[in-house]
Amino acid sequence: MTSIRSIAKLETHIPGFDHVADGGLPMGRTTLVCGTAGSAKTILAAQFLAEGIRHGGGSGVFVTFEESAGDVRQNMMGFGWDIAGWEAEGRWAFVDASPDPDVEPLIAGDYDLGGLLARIEHAVSRVGATRLSMDSLGAIFTQFTDSATVRREMFRIAVALKRLGLTALLTAERTAEYGEIARYGVEEFVADNVIILRNVLEGETRRRTMEILKFRGTPHHKGEYPFAVINGEGMVVIPLSAIELKQKSSDIRITSGNDAMDGMCGGGFFRDSIILASGATGTGKTLLATEFMAGGVGLGERCLLFAFEESREQLFRNARGWGVGFERMEQDGLLKVNCAYPETDGLEDHLIRMKRTIQAYRPQRVAVDSLSALERVSGPRGYREFVIGLTSFIKQQEIAGLFTATTPNLLGGESVTEAHISTITDLIILLRYVEIYGEMRRGLTVLKMRGSRHDKDIREFTIDAGGMHVGKPFRQVTGILAGTPRHASGGELDVIHNLFSNE
Amino acid sequence: MNEYVLRLYVTGQTSRAARAIANLRQLCEIELQDRFRIDVIDVLEHPELAEAERILATPTLVRQLPPPLRRVIGDLSETSKVLLGLDIWPSAQAGPTDTGPSRDGDGATPLE
Repeated sequence: MTSIRSIAKLETHIPGFDHVADGGLPMGRTTLVCGTAGSAKTILAAQFLAEGIRHGGGSGVFVTFEESAGDVRQNMMGFGWDIAGWEAEGRWAFVDASPDPDVEPLIAGDYDLGGLLARIEHAVSRVGATRLSMDSLGAIFTQFTDSATVRREMFRIAVALKRLGLTALLTAERTAEYGEIARYGVEEFVADNVIILRNVLEGETRRRTMEILKFRGTPHHKGEYPFAVINGEGMVVIPLSAIELKQKSSDIRITSGNDAMDGMCGGGFFRDSIILASGATGTGKTLLATEFMAGGVGLGERCLLFAFEESREQLFRNARGWGVGFERMEQDGLLKVNCAYPETDGLEDHLIRMKRTIQAYRPQRVAVDSLSALERVSGPRGYREFVIGLTSFIKQQEIAGLFTATTPNLLGGESVTEAHISTITDLIILLRYVEIYGEMRRGLTVLKMRGSRHDKDIREFTIDAGGMHVGKPFRQVTGILAGTPRHASGGELDVIHNLFSNE
Repeated sequence: MNEYVLRLYVTGQTSRAARAIANLRQLCEIELQDRFRIDVIDVLEHPELAEAERILATPTLVRQLPPPLRRVIGDLSETSKVLLGLDIWPSAQAGPTDTGPSRDGDGATPLE
């Protein structure tokens, strides 16, 4: 085998980006970033330079064809990038090639873009740049109408950038989210590396994704990855399927906060497992989450509860009603309750916020009540990615996560959440209403538990001021899970008599 | 004396640059006689001047004086466009004593 030196990658330090790009942008090369209007091209172009400066990756040159340098400086302030300050320190240089509204040039003969190239080279040598962004190519094609000339000249500039050893980002417009790569055929002169940014309307929500279409001669992760644009930070890419399945597995048992439940699970949940509790509204999911938190606090563990359905006051009152004092737990610093309405943010933003909270608080157990409430703020695809992103993140932390999911039907039924995450959960608890002779009772069962023996019965449980009390199995009743409970055989009296064998 | 101050930005010693310089000189000598000054600036030698003037294309001709600033891009081979861009009204040389519309007195210098 000949040893051809492989293409080195330049770490961009844009959160999540380097993971998807398998190390970063191809070093010393030009990458084309395409996207429709509003797909965050300018942000990516500016952040590429900003992160380089902030992480000691060298200075940068920003060539702007569309917005004036003043506009870029101002617009990027919101992300916490002090461009004017960096300019004063000689770490950022603008080449302002935006159209001058006062002077409309007249074209009288043959020309090239030698002035632009000279200015770029000048700026690069002035600040000693290693990174360069150009935003956006479409605007230069509207300034100079002879697109054949512009294309020839941009090719010349691309060659010059390579000669200067710059790692560069060029942005270009697209007319549609799915279609030709870019307008004006710009991919003809920077075809080696192409990234596509999308801003798709899905249902009634916008979903931003990034896709690396190609990195010639060097690996990257395929497909679309969601990202969010966050105030004070910029772009944050969420590397979902790039997450590796390499978390360790533990056989240490932890309590569910309920002795009978621990018994049903063969001695408790596993320490680093994902638990899904599914049931209709009012079947006791929040109670299960509350007891799970209380159980952890009782052992001196740090617990974190994300609530999406009820306010803080409601949650605390409910807990008090079950004999659990959340106030004191919070005062002791062992509990953190984080309430938010699903509608306040996009799912990507929720995911990033939740990850940050987990990283900052470092809990031993996390509960989300309910996961399915987040279903309504996103399309099915975005929701699935969110669920996978969150569960795999919790698994990587090697902590226990309990999610609740609301089933749409009061009796039986399954939810989208179940369909999405049932395969990545280690333990599924079903909570169901059971109607027997005009009376509503509650039943629960452990549907699956990875790596452990568990109780296969469907047991009745009751809720009172002491919390959840798991009782005896339902006997001679079938069809509970399907939502059509019906006694199996024997006379009515027999059935009632034998329903709970010891009563 | 120098009623017109013209700056021509070019890239290096290319044929396009040489053509633009020649075209400009010829045109000025015909239209402006001795009322002009031409400064040729090579952007490779003085990129900071190109930056200050925000030059993208070369050759670019900038009319510094008289105000307002005007710009013409290209090798200046299309004479009528250059004149239009510089706001110079052609003198009556081409045709027989055409008085023409004398807008702001630019071409009012009598020849005879």
